[in-house]
Amino acid sequence: MSPSASQPTEPDFTLPPAAGEPAAPPQPADAGTVPPAAEAGVPPAGAGSVPPIGAGPVPSVDGAGAPQAVGAGVPPGQDAGVPMPPAQGPAPSGPDPRAVSDDPARRTGAAHGVAGGPEPFGPTCVACGTGTIDDDGYCEHCGHKQPRDRDHMESALATVAAASDRGLRHHRNEDFYALAETTTGEGAPVTIAVVCDGVSSATRPDEASAAAAEAASAALRTALPQGRHVQQAMHDALVVAAEAVNELAADTPVDPAKNAPACTVVGALNCAGILTVGWIGDSRAYWVPDDPGAGAARLTEDDSWAAQMVAAGLMSEAEAYADPRAHAITGWLGADAYELDPHTASFQPESTGVVVVCTDGLWNYAESADEMAAALPPDAGTHPLHTARHLVGYALDGGGHDNVTVAVLPVPAPPAPSFAPPQGARQA
Amino acid sequence: MANFAKSNAPRFSVDVYQNEFLPEGAREVNAIVTVTSTGGGTTGGLPLPATDAGHGGAGADAAVVIMVDCSGSMDYPPTKMRNAREATAAAIDTLRDGVRFAVVAGTHKAREIYPGDGSLAVAGGTTRWEAKDALRGLSANGGTAIGTWLTLADRLLGSADVAIRHGILLTDGRNEHESPAELRAALDACAGHFTCDARGVGTDWEVKEVTGVASALLGTADIVADPGGLAGDFTQMMENAMGKEVADVALRLWTPQGTRIKYVKQVAPTVENLTERRTEAGPRAGDYPTGSWGDESRDYHVCVEVPAAEIGQEMLAARVSLVLPAPEGGTPQTLSQGLVRAVWTDDMVATTSLNPQVAHYTGQAELAQVIQTGLDLRKTGDEAGATAKLGRAVQLASASGNTDTAKLLSKVVDVVDAATGTVRLKAKVAEADEMTLETRSTKTVRVKR
Repeated sequence: MSPSASQPTEPDFTLPPAAGEPAAPPQPADAGTVPPAAEAGVPPAGAGSVPPIGAGPVPSVDGAGAPQAVGAGVPPGQDAGVPMPPAQGPAPSGPDPRAVSDDPARRTGAAHGVAGGPEPFGPTCVACGTGTIDDDGYCEHCGHKQPRDRDHMESALATVAAASDRGLRHHRNEDFYALAETTTGEGAPVTIAVVCDGVSSATRPDEASAAAAEAASAALRTALPQGRHVQQAMHDALVVAAEAVNELAADTPVDPAKNAPACTVVGALNCAGILTVGWIGDSRAYWVPDDPGAGAARLTEDDSWAAQMVAAGLMSEAEAYADPRAHAITGWLGADAYELDPHTASFQPESTGVVVVCTDGLWNYAESADEMAAALPPDAGTHPLHTARHLVGYALDGGGHDNVTVAVLPVPAPPAPSFAPPQGARQA
Repeated sequence: MANFAKSNAPRFSVDVYQNEFLPEGAREVNAIVTVTSTGGGTTGGLPLPATDAGHGGAGADAAVVIMVDCSGSMDYPPTKMRNAREATAAAIDTLRDGVRFAVVAGTHKAREIYPGDGSLAVAGGTTRWEAKDALRGLSANGGTAIGTWLTLADRLLGSADVAIRHGILLTDGRNEHESPAELRAALDACAGHFTCDARGVGTDWEVKEVTGVASALLGTADIVADPGGLAGDFTQMMENAMGKEVADVALRLWTPQGTRIKYVKQVAPTVENLTERRTEAGPRAGDYPTGSWGDESRDYHVCVEVPAAEIGQEMLAARVSLVLPAPEGGTPQTLSQGLVRAVWTDDMVATTSLNPQVAHYTGQAELAQVIQTGLDLRKTGDEAGATAKLGRAVQLASASGNTDTAKLLSKVVDVVDAATGTVRLKAKVAEADEMTLETRSTKTVRVKR
């Protein structure tokens, strides 16, 4: 079964919202009206009585333990019972310091084949094992740049998980993501995932993606509990994300050879079984049902040269994506964007499955919805973190030519843990 | 550009210009390091905001010895000796109060003219008058042994406890009364003790000797073909010396294990290869001398060979810092620093783009080199070789906007087409023009903005 949006579903369609067009045309932020396209799928207030999903202890995301993802290896001894140490945010601002100290160790194993766990203080170089690290992050013996916290990031909440990796060909990770759980005004649980991809030819792309992801997530966390309609909230969040990126330009020295900070954004949220996606650029969301026969679908339509060619009927999809210009994006967040055109759409899946939210670092290796479905492990719906790692590994195995970021949202959301959450429902 | 908030202590800044992106397999990292010192001696004509007596306590903390060639040839023409005397007097007038100074007459041996008691005088009204009076005692008689002049200057300058030690040397003839090895030994002994500007007056001196003195002692070299221009030149040299605020600044390069420094060159304001002048400064670090600094900016080209690395890797190729040795062998003070990086990527656009600064100074260094080679070939009668080299020089000078050098070249060759470097050797070239070109061949221009 396919997601049922406002239009009839077809087993082999690749672009459910195709018509689904930007379901929420740009409109005043306070309009609060339900965009027509979404009406069918979006109940007024969700299943009001569902209590907030506990955010605290990470549920057993992955009992199997052994991560399969190449770049996502957890240090030995860490995979046993605790699938996901880093808390909510991938950000250096993440509340769990382990998220920071763990990362270099992971990278060590992944990228340099040097064994050994993390050393809490006075670490030595991951490349030569001899030198200590200077204030600029280089080895004082061999000069090797030490892994940055952002080179590899993982996070999991009860209802969503994500992983991000620098990849094998880029020298830094310019992707970023944000995960969150909150509730609607009526108390219905909402799971949020935002993924951003910094534009490399712009200045400070890494900061742009971080600013956008965090701003969009924060905007959703604020708007939804206040009762804002989900699709409108998503639209507004994309606008807020764009503003956050624009603000970076204000304090960036003008470099005529470089563009203003810029990035893509794709957000997905699951509110009581209703999926809402929003995007600008070529980062994507896919729906992959648990039942392989049900038909996977891409939920977003790229703002890219290739997508425009196909949409205009000028080229076949195969021709368009073979063109060197295929990946030139035609929409992005940033001060020099032509015009901001946020796209949103909502769907109500009829079956269980997962939403895969990712940057092109992943979908370059699994472009069609069916390819993406095939790349997923069979237990995706019950092990989102494992699935996110697995998909990052899939991209790295494919060559890892770009940064890879993927968030996985099971639908319906896994049940809340039976024990009392020690902290608030909201996650950063 | 007025800056009223200048402090007396110079501040150094280091800026690194490079394309850090290397393609797979590439091992050479090039960077231009721009070092700028501000807040030093000069104030752009404003009175120094000094609180203690006298202006610029540190500014007076200097000693200068003027070495004047008094060999027999200085009497031919007789105006030359008179001009030299007047130039020295002008330089003495430019001395700041409190600066220690002495005048040395140079022949086949060195003789103290003023103050004459093996020490330095302290600049003031009386001593300036006495010194200028003593210049009457300068007479042209004897040979030329520049090494002995420098050795005496070194001894005199060493007698004062000052921060800045500087020499000004004037010669009009070849260093005929000592061996090249003796001059070399004297220069080696003086290097690091004081800095020295060298000038050749007339056209009977050897360019490589004068530029060799300036190069070894981190000063400037120039030709004063017309003795009438000496006074102005001496005044300017002395003003420059009075502007120096910090001495013995070293460019320190730290490079990681497995790397090799291919070369370190000063590339602006003149080309000066410093590669061989390294002194070790701890594990994998070495110091390259830069002499003394006032308000000024200089550029250095650093070329480092790094181990091959895979796409996606990044390393520090060199850490560049400006260091000031501590007085009694304590921990040197780091004035400023910058990083030279290497990042391997398969992004063709990134790896193939030339850094404008690196490209520019690579051209300027080649310009200096082809002028010198071209002139050498011309002297040996290899006209075809000289034409090719000087043609290339014209092309480089024109393309980089080095108009001064282009002008000097046009006095040695007839330029047919500067863009392609097509030239003809001039049949007749004034000796002064050829010497000027050779002496100034290392002068560079900075990148066009």
